[in-house]
Amino acid sequence: MSNILLIDFGSTYTKLTAVDTETESILGTSQSYTTVESDIINGYENALSELRKQTGGIVFDKRIACSSAAGGLKMVAVGLVPELTSKAARLASLGAGAKVIKTYSYELTKSDLEEIDSSRPDICLLCGGTDGGNKEVIIHNAGMLAKSTGHFPIVYAGNRNAADECAEILASKQCIVCSNVMPRLGITDSAPVQKVIREIFLTQIVKAKGLSKAQDLVGGILMPTPSAVLAAMKLLSKGTEREDGIGDLVAVDLGGATTDVYSMCNGHPTNPMTTLRGLKEEYAKRTVEGDIGMRYSIKGILEASSPYEISTISGLPEDICLEKINHLAENTDELPSTEEDQNLDVALACIAVRTAVARHAGRIEEYYTPMGVSYVQTGKDLGSVETIIETGGALVRTGYAEKIGQYALYSPNDPMSLRPKKAKILTDRKYILAAMGLLSTEYPDVALHIMKKELV
Amino acid sequence: MEEKNNEKNVEKTTEMKPKKKIVIGVIGADVHAVGNAILNRAFLDAGFDVTNLGVLVPQEEFIQAAVEVGADAILVSSLYGQGEIDCTGMREKCDEAGLKGILLYAGGNLVVGKVPEEEIVARYRALGFDRAFGPGTDPSVDIACLRKDLHMDD
Repeated sequence: MSNILLIDFGSTYTKLTAVDTETESILGTSQSYTTVESDIINGYENALSELRKQTGGIVFDKRIACSSAAGGLKMVAVGLVPELTSKAARLASLGAGAKVIKTYSYELTKSDLEEIDSSRPDICLLCGGTDGGNKEVIIHNAGMLAKSTGHFPIVYAGNRNAADECAEILASKQCIVCSNVMPRLGITDSAPVQKVIREIFLTQIVKAKGLSKAQDLVGGILMPTPSAVLAAMKLLSKGTEREDGIGDLVAVDLGGATTDVYSMCNGHPTNPMTTLRGLKEEYAKRTVEGDIGMRYSIKGILEASSPYEISTISGLPEDICLEKINHLAENTDELPSTEEDQNLDVALACIAVRTAVARHAGRIEEYYTPMGVSYVQTGKDLGSVETIIETGGALVRTGYAEKIGQYALYSPNDPMSLRPKKAKILTDRKYILAAMGLLSTEYPDVALHIMKKELV
Repeated sequence: MEEKNNEKNVEKTTEMKPKKKIVIGVIGADVHAVGNAILNRAFLDAGFDVTNLGVLVPQEEFIQAAVEVGADAILVSSLYGQGEIDCTGMREKCDEAGLKGILLYAGGNLVVGKVPEEEIVARYRALGFDRAFGPGTDPSVDIACLRKDLHMDD
């Protein structure tokens, strides 16, 4: 077996990557505009004929696909305390490749339930309480969800001592019980719940989203796209049994509407005088900034910065910057055509990357105690991460990946943000990360070699 | 610095009743780790389900932890003299967080200067704490109080 076709059914583009596993090389990549409405198969066929122009009439021995089409995997996360089980539920959902519509804490109210129903999630993740901990709130929330008019499955990953009772309350719904996302205080365990979410995605969501035809055509949609990217990043960082990975890394995927950040590192405090507070986050972490993106969420970038700063980075006057930003917010499919537009895009990308990585990274606080200075860390310390990977059209297209990447790093203007101190910037020029995640399910060594070659 | 220890006591006890759950830690900008480690051991040995938050713990973290683990009591240590400032408002925050009536203890060098134990207790009771223990109290005293207040021997 040698030629493999990797497919990413996106919300706007279907992207194809053809790989030869014998020579461990990319034969070609292509993409085609698609919407679910215009029939996803057409987009696939168009992209395929585009690809054949590069590869010739080769035969594919296998096709593997991931999908973020039809809104991706939409989830609602419910927990107890915002900083603890709610955050754990949210991070576990994001790590499963989901788009988290909203995270709820404490007792769900009637209007919360109405909001959940009208947001039409694909899955609801119900958490709360450590094992043996609080039961009242999760039992109340199970009772509320039992009254939901929606038909979404509910994944229970809360206090195991309340699981049976909640499963009974939710008997009229599809309720899958798995182990607690926070079995002990501050300790997260999201692998079991992520496995359940993936199974539901495979068996139900793909069908519910009208992607069955696409599934039949390609022989299986294995996972949501972000989870394929996560798999690729984990592989690149850790390596395989036969070959080492490149170690700790951070990846930024800057899109038009959102910015995804992935980090692969333990992120434990490096200084013995530092105490870790709150949730102990996992080695593989994904966050999504819904208000930071190059077009649909361009106003969010402006809010995270100032016209003055955008003007300083881009070299354009403030009023021109504002005018162009307003224009781009309305014309979301416009790509830069002049040098000025290009400079503005670079400036926006710089701020988007800085904001998204700063929100992803942990923070440190100083405490002056009678015993001297002490430090308290929340979240992950990315200080020792040595590689940053950039992906997404805006980052790759500008040709200023190096400059933009610097904004992901530690800055003396925000010294308490635990971002990488010094890192090599690698660019995903052919947009292959999701494809490599898919390939890694069967050919991890090949995927690792291709990434080491292609990310430069 | 002290490793945060959330390990549950896995030793088998002959009691059939579920273990009582307590949250412990050193409040405020206080980094005295040793006394807290001794208390952690003593409470585990006495059969409690202990969630140990370590040092430099703000009020909010005690409360959040107590909510998630469904704690029966919060035991606050303070060794550096600023305990009164650090503990002020804790009872009210507990009420706010739905932990109405939860058992609150404080122990350590709770006030500045040499103050008779009765007065320390009075000051902490005024802050809403159920009990306060001065310097040098043996852990067995706290354990006996906990057993009584949580009706463990009834």
